[in-house]
Amino acid sequence: MKSRFTLRLSVGLIALIAAAGSASAAKTQINALFMTQAAYSENDIRAMTSDFEKQHPDISVNLEFVPYEALHDKIVAARGAGSNGYDVVLFDAIWPAEFTKFDLLQDVSSRIAKEERAKIFPGALKTVVYQGKTLGMPWILDTKYLYYNKAMLQKAGISQPPQTWQQVLDDAQQIKAKNIVKYPLVWSWSQSEALICDYTTLVSGNGGQFYQNGKLNFTNPASLNAVTLMKTSLDKGLTNPASREYLEEDVRKAFSNGDAAFALNWTYMYNMANDPKQSKVAGDVGIVPAPGDAPGKVGAVNGSMGLGIAKTSQHAEQSWQYISYMTSQPVQNKYAKLSLPIWKSSYDDPAVSKGQESLLAAAKKSLDVMLSRPETADYSRLSNTLQQQLQQILQGQETPEAGLQAADKSAARLR
Amino acid sequence: MLSLQQREHRQAWVLLAPMLVVMFLLTAWPLGRTIWLSFTDAALIGSGGAPGYVGLENYLYALTDPDFQASILRTLWFTVVSVAIEGVIGVLVALLLNQRFYGRNILRVLVILPWALPTIVNAMMWRLNFNPDYGSVNALLTQLGIIDGYRSWLGSPDSALNAVMLADIWKNYPLVTLLVLAALQSIPDDLFEAARLDGASAWRRFRAITFPAIVAPLSVALVLRTIDAFKIFDIIYVMTRGGPVDSTKTLSFFVYQESFSYLRAGSGAAYAILMALMCGVLITLYMIMLLRQRRRSTANET
Repeated sequence: MKSRFTLRLSVGLIALIAAAGSASAAKTQINALFMTQAAYSENDIRAMTSDFEKQHPDISVNLEFVPYEALHDKIVAARGAGSNGYDVVLFDAIWPAEFTKFDLLQDVSSRIAKEERAKIFPGALKTVVYQGKTLGMPWILDTKYLYYNKAMLQKAGISQPPQTWQQVLDDAQQIKAKNIVKYPLVWSWSQSEALICDYTTLVSGNGGQFYQNGKLNFTNPASLNAVTLMKTSLDKGLTNPASREYLEEDVRKAFSNGDAAFALNWTYMYNMANDPKQSKVAGDVGIVPAPGDAPGKVGAVNGSMGLGIAKTSQHAEQSWQYISYMTSQPVQNKYAKLSLPIWKSSYDDPAVSKGQESLLAAAKKSLDVMLSRPETADYSRLSNTLQQQLQQILQGQETPEAGLQAADKSAARLR
Repeated sequence: MLSLQQREHRQAWVLLAPMLVVMFLLTAWPLGRTIWLSFTDAALIGSGGAPGYVGLENYLYALTDPDFQASILRTLWFTVVSVAIEGVIGVLVALLLNQRFYGRNILRVLVILPWALPTIVNAMMWRLNFNPDYGSVNALLTQLGIIDGYRSWLGSPDSALNAVMLADIWKNYPLVTLLVLAALQSIPDDLFEAARLDGASAWRRFRAITFPAIVAPLSVALVLRTIDAFKIFDIIYVMTRGGPVDSTKTLSFFVYQESFSYLRAGSGAAYAILMALMCGVLITLYMIMLLRQRRRSTANET
């Protein structure tokens, strides 16, 4: 009696172990970290991933989403988890220097063929390349554009979208004077990276750079013009003062609600602001490249992001298959209404361009001039100090000159 | 041959040992490691080599760092003002809820609700309340005619810290209420009856009967709140992330940024140790106060 029970038990156990063993051999699980955002929403990324899993039944992808503001710290903190951490991570264009210093991502240079590279926008590729190493594949190609409300401009008797920042201010003044909207301009100037992106767009439009003779320099004329413009627009009541606590989503909501004539925002706002379900101004949304200080000049910030493989990942091969799929041209084309493809030839595809011709026309000009934010391993600290100084200026606690001098000083102190 | 007492001692140690080991692993070891880290230039994630010993450099840097000094003052302001207000409101509400009136029990449950709410939910809720475009605070104040237009409460350095404090007070005064109310209910009614017969005024009755009964639980509540308020982090992370112009950057947020955003584990540890020391001073002051009070009340009794 007893022996029969033991026998049955051991047979059962062996079967169980065998089943577990074969299951784990058949399926590799990789962990991927993304952000909750509007461009590719959580649902879109889940849809892409489940398509990938259907094509690769041997790989299952475990997705995690955090807000952009937590993404950096999450990637860094996961390093402590070793091989139990993430395999695939989404990273911003500003982090490669720091991630290289701390060796957080695998160099995938050898995985991308030369011909492949040539098909990608150079600006997008720059996002993932640092000091000759390629840390992943660019996935979100993005910059900020100037959005305008066609109906409001028309009402104010303005027939053409503005070509320079001075014109933006003049038009805004006119719109305000005619009482069409209380604050014609809206930006994302909260103490966050969004503020640096708006500022960089303005610096770029003024023909500026962050480095002079290899040193960080924020007191150059372009930078000073950029900040002065920001402050002036607030002082004149042209910029919504709540911009100083806005993130990009607040800007989108204000613009979509018809509370602004002009807004600076990423690509994703174009189709959302034109969607009658979530926007009161659908059909009236115009888009142009962020202007510069002279007609014909354009400003843009490199706001692209890439997908990389964590250094500690044990499943580099599967991770790369996943990244390749997510960044592949068919997938990017399919979701082009949410985020522009990194592939040059995508733009010849009518399925990609249909319905967003004016976005693509703006993108053609902007993507060529995208200014990168300073590439330094100490970027987080630099950005935080700069955010604080810029806000001090915007709150009227400091003059633009004094604020930028202070920013220069703290940049020089970075170790 | 061991005496009975010695044997008992030994047995006690044997029984305590597992707990002591666990306590050491959970408290002493991480604390010791943090102290050691604070004397190094360690990065949060190593780039290969061992961190270098830098002596007191991190501490010297911290103590001369104007940003750190500003955040100490900010944190003290936050702690003192919010705890004081929480104390006053807490006691007043407890006195009110101790009265007999219709619907008292429902009100008691309602008062405790904010305290039972997770901090994150509370912070999100208040961020919406303070929203510059559709927040209820703006709507209320405009409708009452107190302000003439919607304001950006969390976007202005003058009001952001106060707005965060309001959210903290709203969430935490119920703890004071809860403890004080429990003490109030333990006072026998005859005491008040007798005092009233003796012709004592309401204020006199409060001073002679109510206050001595609630002073001990109130002190405990305030000590707990002080320590908590000094460490304030989550509400700030959700509502303002330290902005605008660093006006809500408290010590905890400062330490967090140094360690996790800038990856400086070494100096982050130094800041954290300094913060722990300051918290220690606060607690010691309170303990002295509590002991004095107890001595005074036992002296009164005898």
